Amino acid sequence: MHIDKYLDADKLIKLKAHIAAEQKDLIREVKLKHRELTIVTRPKDLHSLLKFLRDDRECQFKMLIDICGVDFPERNERFEIVYHFLSLAHNLRIRVKILAAEEQSVPSIVDVFSNANWYERETYDMFGIIFENHPDLRRILTDYDFEGFPLRKDFPVEGNVEMFYDEELQRCVYRPIKLAQPYRHFEWESPWKAMDNPYGLADEDNSFDDGEFSDPQPLAKASGGDE
Amino acid sequence: MVSANRTTQEVTVGENFTLNFGPQHPAAHGVLRLVLEMEGETITRADPHIGLLHRGTEKLLENRSYIQGLPYFDRLDYVSMMCQEHVWCLATEKLLGVDVPRRAQFIRVMYSELTRLMNHLLWLGTHALDVGAMSVFLYAFKHRETLMDFYEEVSGARMHANYFRPGGVSRDLPEGLLEKIAAFNIEMVAHIDEFEALLTENRIWKQRTVDVGVLTPEDAIEMGCTGPMLRGSGLSWDLRKSQPYEVYDEMDFDVPVGKNGDSYSRYLVRIEEMRQSLRIIEQCIEKMPKGAIKTQNFKVSPPPRNDMKNSMEALIHHFKYFTEGFHVPAGECYAAVEAPKGEMGVYLVSKGGPRPYRVKIRAPGFAHLQGLDRMVRGHMIADVVTVIGTQDIVFGEIDR
Repeated sequence: MHIDKYLDADKLIKLKAHIAAEQKDLIREVKLKHRELTIVTRPKDLHSLLKFLRDDRECQFKMLIDICGVDFPERNERFEIVYHFLSLAHNLRIRVKILAAEEQSVPSIVDVFSNANWYERETYDMFGIIFENHPDLRRILTDYDFEGFPLRKDFPVEGNVEMFYDEELQRCVYRPIKLAQPYRHFEWESPWKAMDNPYGLADEDNSFDDGEFSDPQPLAKASGGDE
Repeated sequence: MVSANRTTQEVTVGENFTLNFGPQHPAAHGVLRLVLEMEGETITRADPHIGLLHRGTEKLLENRSYIQGLPYFDRLDYVSMMCQEHVWCLATEKLLGVDVPRRAQFIRVMYSELTRLMNHLLWLGTHALDVGAMSVFLYAFKHRETLMDFYEEVSGARMHANYFRPGGVSRDLPEGLLEKIAAFNIEMVAHIDEFEALLTENRIWKQRTVDVGVLTPEDAIEMGCTGPMLRGSGLSWDLRKSQPYEVYDEMDFDVPVGKNGDSYSRYLVRIEEMRQSLRIIEQCIEKMPKGAIKTQNFKVSPPPRNDMKNSMEALIHHFKYFTEGFHVPAGECYAAVEAPKGEMGVYLVSKGGPRPYRVKIRAPGFAHLQGLDRMVRGHMIADVVTVIGTQDIVFGEIDR
């Protein structure tokens, strides 16, 4: 591969074993895939685990690279909050995850990594995840009085409102969005499957995508293809 | 006006006020609203309000196929386009498990370095302009134009190239291009000396940049700084060296490191990076192998045009590629490149199917701008402009 050829797989396996041995109670799950180490932990254990990862001699993940949310609406614990760390000393990366339900708040890590501040603000802005004890949890990327959380899967791509300049009020105002043509979601997996045999072709004529490309699970009809 | 950290004991009550800087200010490098709390002319707190260029790239990517998503990356950091394309391609390739032919790797590395040069030229010109040196801007933009011509020759577009593809690059280099780049390369070495002659020993430049926005190595790590911001503080960390991707491990180049962590150190680091980029480009031209420019796995790259006339399979592949797009196996991965501004990363979650489930773009500028408050505290208002310049802020990537 042209990526990650620097990475010594043994180093990661050793690190995985080290963390699993030292912090057995804090870890829900450890995965090693695509030469990337992922640790899933509980929100209440996050602080202790991150402090360990930051200060332990074998880890030294001193740089917080990124925090982001991922939304899985079908799960009970709807949100994954994903932290990426980098260890300059050992030239390693690690990913830490916690899960949170919709109404559940999670601990802020600003006191452990100060640059988590903006990343947590962004995650709050995009997903509505509340970070406890965050010093300044305001919206960051969206407009000042924006409503809704845009990166949730139930937020429409085209949004809910659009902005106009109001001549009478002499300022910009929001109005509910009106599209001349509804936004077209090309959500089907294949153009053929979605048409549902519109010309009444015999089945054998209409089923030529049975090759390696087609999905292993047959798509439920009219499910919108959103898996 | 210049000296930093000057204490202002003489300030009387009533001289504390809040200043609104931007959102439309030429030195804000885009749309940045800075709320500055001042004590006299000294800054006590800076609160950047960002998001004025937020276009919802991550949401859009969830609704596009992988190839349709690629052009959005050009528009993130709109002065270093191909580096962003690169990281998207790497993330996709990582999940797909697709290899890239050697020639494509060389082309990618060469264009990444041309892009770095392009970015640094813009940075140098605008930074110098903000601080008060007009002529550097004119010189730098002239050479940037030549680089855009190289973009145009391979992709047809001067800036938003949409040239890299998962599995390679979209088309081969046109004939004679390598000779042109080689000729430019030789010229450019002299031009960088010209920039240095204008700035490096310039008294005003030094007064405006030396000891402004000092970052200690510990601060830089804590702030999540990457790229020249980290190297300016004396840490030798470059993803091209420490976590090499493509053929960077075969290239012979040095990683310049600053000494003092101030704006001047970062200026020197970036100037030297331009020279090193030229070295890499030269080696790419020298070693450029013959062969395919994209993977021969036609599930993830379009088949050659000629084959489509004769082969049913090629026709199907072509059709599937451009309508449905290719399927990426379920999984998650993080890929990063050393973009001109620092570590540009993509965290990609796929559930299978032709569209990504979630894409998080890790922009270097986001972390840097967050540290602006720390860097400008105690400085004069005029130094804010220097610090924004030295951070190499571009709002396309910060607001996404």
